[in-house]
Amino acid sequence: MNFYVVTLIKLALVMAIFMTTLAYLQWIERKVLAHIQLRMGPYRVGPHGLLQPLADVIKLLTKEGFVPRNVNIFFYLLAPFLAVTIALIAISVIPFGPKVNIGGVETYLQMTDLKIGILFILALSSVGVYGVALAGWASNSKYALLGGLRSSAQMISYELPMAMALVSPLLIVNTLSLREMVERQDGYYFGFLPAWTIFQAPFPQIISFIVFLIAAFAETNRVPFDLPEAENELVAGFHTEYSSMNFAAFFMAEYANMITVTSIATLLFLGGWHPLWPVEYGSWLIPVLLFVLSGIISIFHGLQPARPFDRITLPAFGILMIGLGLIFAVPFLQPYLLPLFWFTAKTGALLFLFIWIRGTLPRFRYDQLMAFAWKFLFPLALINLLVTAFAVALTTK
Amino acid sequence: MPPLPPLDPILFLIFAAIAVLSAVSLVVQTHPIASALSLIGVMGALAVLYLLLGAEFIAAAQLIVYAGAIMVLFIFVIMLLNAGAERRGGRARLAKWIGIPVFAAFIALIAFLIQSRLPQTQGVTFGSFTTGTALEIGRSLFTQYLLPFELTSVLILIAIFGAIVLARKEI
Repeated sequence: MNFYVVTLIKLALVMAIFMTTLAYLQWIERKVLAHIQLRMGPYRVGPHGLLQPLADVIKLLTKEGFVPRNVNIFFYLLAPFLAVTIALIAISVIPFGPKVNIGGVETYLQMTDLKIGILFILALSSVGVYGVALAGWASNSKYALLGGLRSSAQMISYELPMAMALVSPLLIVNTLSLREMVERQDGYYFGFLPAWTIFQAPFPQIISFIVFLIAAFAETNRVPFDLPEAENELVAGFHTEYSSMNFAAFFMAEYANMITVTSIATLLFLGGWHPLWPVEYGSWLIPVLLFVLSGIISIFHGLQPARPFDRITLPAFGILMIGLGLIFAVPFLQPYLLPLFWFTAKTGALLFLFIWIRGTLPRFRYDQLMAFAWKFLFPLALINLLVTAFAVALTTK
Repeated sequence: MPPLPPLDPILFLIFAAIAVLSAVSLVVQTHPIASALSLIGVMGALAVLYLLLGAEFIAAAQLIVYAGAIMVLFIFVIMLLNAGAERRGGRARLAKWIGIPVFAAFIALIAFLIQSRLPQTQGVTFGSFTTGTALEIGRSLFTQYLLPFELTSVLILIAIFGAIVLARKEI
């Protein structure tokens, strides 16, 4: 089939799934935070609040896009556009799975593979700060300006340890293309330990993984690094003056950035779509068991309903889950579904970590934030890079 | 489906136009932030031009280092100092009237000199340059150009020490 047709189909699919994920990530975050704090979370719109994202989108779309007086209108409107565009572009180079053959058409589960994929992502993340900084400045409000200033200083500082943490696994995989990166992490040590870069010889990259994750929290302005929008100091930081879709654009950008950094962590450190242990030892059973188990649990709870409508919703959900689990057991579909499952599972676990930490940790003080980046994280990444470079130089022929 | 016409010249024209327009805007704008953003536009368009020529690593470095790190610092400083828009000073009437003709004459002179003095070279063709990958650049940096590379890094190190010494004095 024509290259353009295949690309358009992939584009449409990725776009649809990505946008839905963005909307529902917000719902998941609210639910998880609520359960951490012993609350219910969104509950009124649809069963268990499942239609809440839709309601939010309609609300934000129909609200008045208010432009305050004395703002710099051009930059005020440019900032959310910049933020969301740059954040959404990154998904185009992220591979979700290996080469597949669908009805005679061979294609990669990826929109495009750049030879400099990881540099492209770094470039996007370094340009992405303009959205936030400009929003803070153009709003012509002191809270927004402080938020914008904090954000740009924070992003410059944390970009260094992040880049340094990225370099060490790159030395091991020896490529800048995101797809080849995952292909180099194939295989197992002693038949069971996956050759992901966090385990890979000659020097396991656990330290740089942790440094990367911490820097990623700062780059996406998440708790404990959410000083640009610290609500009890700065009202809402850089997006104080925004409303309607302009405000939604910043939120979309934040969640899209979260998905990008967790995908990069998965691809570079956690072996992308390679399973946790070899398929011969039954790693394909994991998705089946997970889905069937969650299906059984919801049916069990549906039989002893705590609320009247649980009698219908929980068994329906349970049957859906069991059906999904059984799809994973079909041998014919496994080459397509298993890589997608492992990629999504790893990325999802990291996203859960992001939300979990938001529910757990308090915010940094500003001087602590800077001291942490420059006096601890950066030297640590540098030492790790040095050791890795020595190990790689000694072991390569 | 007939093959698409080559996109390279079209993309080149688009991004060259963006680069030139941003450069003009950089000079014309009165507000420092607008000027800085125009400069980012120039750098982004230049990165695309590098990419068209096959120098993908340089393109990425251009975006990361110049459009990313350095310009963020510029914008940060402008925002921190809260520099306002510059007022147009009273300019001599002479400059207003003969400025553009003299500038055009200067450009024409330069173009003429380049045309007549410099040896004729082959024009650039898109896609002919294939040694712009990170691998090739790394290899030539660490073998053929090792000494200049190391000297540059020492220079930058000196600049860092200088910055620290200057900053220390004020505490």
